[in-house]
Amino acid sequence: MTTHLRLPLPKPLQDIIHPPPTPGVLGVFAYLDSTLDAIKKLRAAGHTDFTVYSPIPRHEIEEALGQSVSPVRAFTLIGGIAGCAVGAWLTLWMSYDWPVVVGGKPVGSIPPYVIIMFEMTILFGALSTILGIVFNAAFAARRSGTIQYDERFTNDRFGIFVPADSGHAAAIESLLKQSGAEEVRRG
Amino acid sequence: MAEHAPPSRVTYDYVTRTIARTLGSPTRGYFLLLGAAVALLLVGIVTLLYLLRYGLGLAGYSHPVYWAVFITCFVFWVGIAHSGTLISAILFLFRSGWRTAVYRTAEAMTVFAVMTAGLFPLIHIGRQWYFYWLIPYPNERGLWPNFKSPLIWDEFAIGTYFTVSTVFLIMGLIPDIAAVRDLATGWRKKLYALTSLGWTGANEQWRHYTRGYLYLAALATPLVLSVHSVVSWDFAMSIVPGWHATLFAPYFVAGAIYSGVAMVITLLVPIRKLFHLEEIITLHHFENLAKLCLLTGSIVSFSYMTENFVAWFSGNPHERAAFWYRAFGEYWWASWTMNICNGLLPWLLWSKTVRTNITALFVISIFVNIGMWFERYVIIVVSLAGEPYQPWANAVYNPTWADWGIMAGSFGWFFMWFLLFVKNFPAVSISEVKEVLPPPKRQATRAGAH
Repeated sequence: MTTHLRLPLPKPLQDIIHPPPTPGVLGVFAYLDSTLDAIKKLRAAGHTDFTVYSPIPRHEIEEALGQSVSPVRAFTLIGGIAGCAVGAWLTLWMSYDWPVVVGGKPVGSIPPYVIIMFEMTILFGALSTILGIVFNAAFAARRSGTIQYDERFTNDRFGIFVPADSGHAAAIESLLKQSGAEEVRRG
Repeated sequence: MAEHAPPSRVTYDYVTRTIARTLGSPTRGYFLLLGAAVALLLVGIVTLLYLLRYGLGLAGYSHPVYWAVFITCFVFWVGIAHSGTLISAILFLFRSGWRTAVYRTAEAMTVFAVMTAGLFPLIHIGRQWYFYWLIPYPNERGLWPNFKSPLIWDEFAIGTYFTVSTVFLIMGLIPDIAAVRDLATGWRKKLYALTSLGWTGANEQWRHYTRGYLYLAALATPLVLSVHSVVSWDFAMSIVPGWHATLFAPYFVAGAIYSGVAMVITLLVPIRKLFHLEEIITLHHFENLAKLCLLTGSIVSFSYMTENFVAWFSGNPHERAAFWYRAFGEYWWASWTMNICNGLLPWLLWSKTVRTNITALFVISIFVNIGMWFERYVIIVVSLAGEPYQPWANAVYNPTWADWGIMAGSFGWFFMWFLLFVKNFPAVSISEVKEVLPPPKRQATRAGAH
């Protein structure tokens, strides 16, 4: 892939960001319905580890792939709960660490602290959601290795990359062509 | 999702290329605008240096008005920031297809408006080098911030809002930067290759991305409503007549969205013209923005009426005096500017002719912003100047050149960032505009060919 910069990184990071190349077949599709057709045929033929590229997210692709719900939601939930706890700890511990009575109210007054807890819930929830997306996408990339890509996939083409050794590549090529791929290449 | 039929030549490829073209070589007009913004910023910087040298007395503060134009500008800019998240998060959750063409501009505006707003409390404290006292950090005096103070709530709210709206903007940008990367050459290709974080549009990426985006929107929605509520409590938690009202939170949130949507219109009109985006940002989008303006403007007008009614109905002589002073005191002109720009002008938007006339919308949006600036001026300055608890201290405060200098600088700072953004990153979402187009299908194309 010429489009990606190779960053000088320590080995474990290098492996995640630039995993070793995987041999396989790449099909380029002009139409959504032919892409879906190819996904169904691939799944019927027993392939599960292929990658589908699309310029936009489409529910049809998700459904055709039969993907489970992303685990990002667990990150959001845990981050949010942690943020709320941090907000409560921050306000209450700091109030009692140097107790000053303000406005005749209890040193640890819950109602105003709810605001801090709320804001921290949102802050930690949002940041851990980002971490969730980055981790999950990075590890998915590591699982599939460095695979073929085409610059048209962010514009108006759909793509399917099927990892395969040279023995199986021919069968996959013909399957992709049959479903309506406008271009098939091996790499 | 309502997919209104776009002109047939608007295909995926057309969208990518039209939006990527906005990043081409800047024209002379662009440099003139950028130069004007930087010049305004310099005015602000020089004024700030004067304020540092001679103190805040230059800003016309006098008893009892110690919150004035700087705080007015702070609330104004925080308000501007609100419509960005409304359009990008709340309308996303409502699945409004029309938001896709305008949300990126609104989101970028949000981030830069919060960056602008954040400067004002620092300028207002006078000794910027002590700003870190606001942060809860272990110090030799063992002191912690007072978490019962609305000013500390505000710090947490604005800090969270800035962080979350920035990551939300960046998240939305990633697939689009990748699309631009794949068309770019030279140093831009390197820049976009780095900033797109290796995005390829693979199904695993979309799977986590779309889920994560949904949760970010779900978190940003209560956040946007909370931020201006917290800002309003900076005032409402005190006992100053004109400030101490339970109405303040919803009133401020509606006003914030109102001014923000107006600012989106103000920014989109020139961008659409400059970058030839007429087929992507259509009249339909402007009409919907105008309707949002009409809705929030009506809530604001209703709040004005409620405020005045409650002042009269409460029977509280101080409350009545404060509102009488507001309408007929020394600052009557500010109050009536606010009432006319925010209360009367939006009623023009009931007419479809006005809603679909870009020039009219542009002019109205500017007046709305003037009106909303004066709303904050009236609430903050006029309530303090005519404080009925200290009639002996009532003073006529007038902003000085230092106030105007800092305010001009804030506009320069905001427009400088905004102009740099629209030339370096896609100002309209590429992938989301495509989402509301009918996807390319073999079947449909064959039928269409006959």
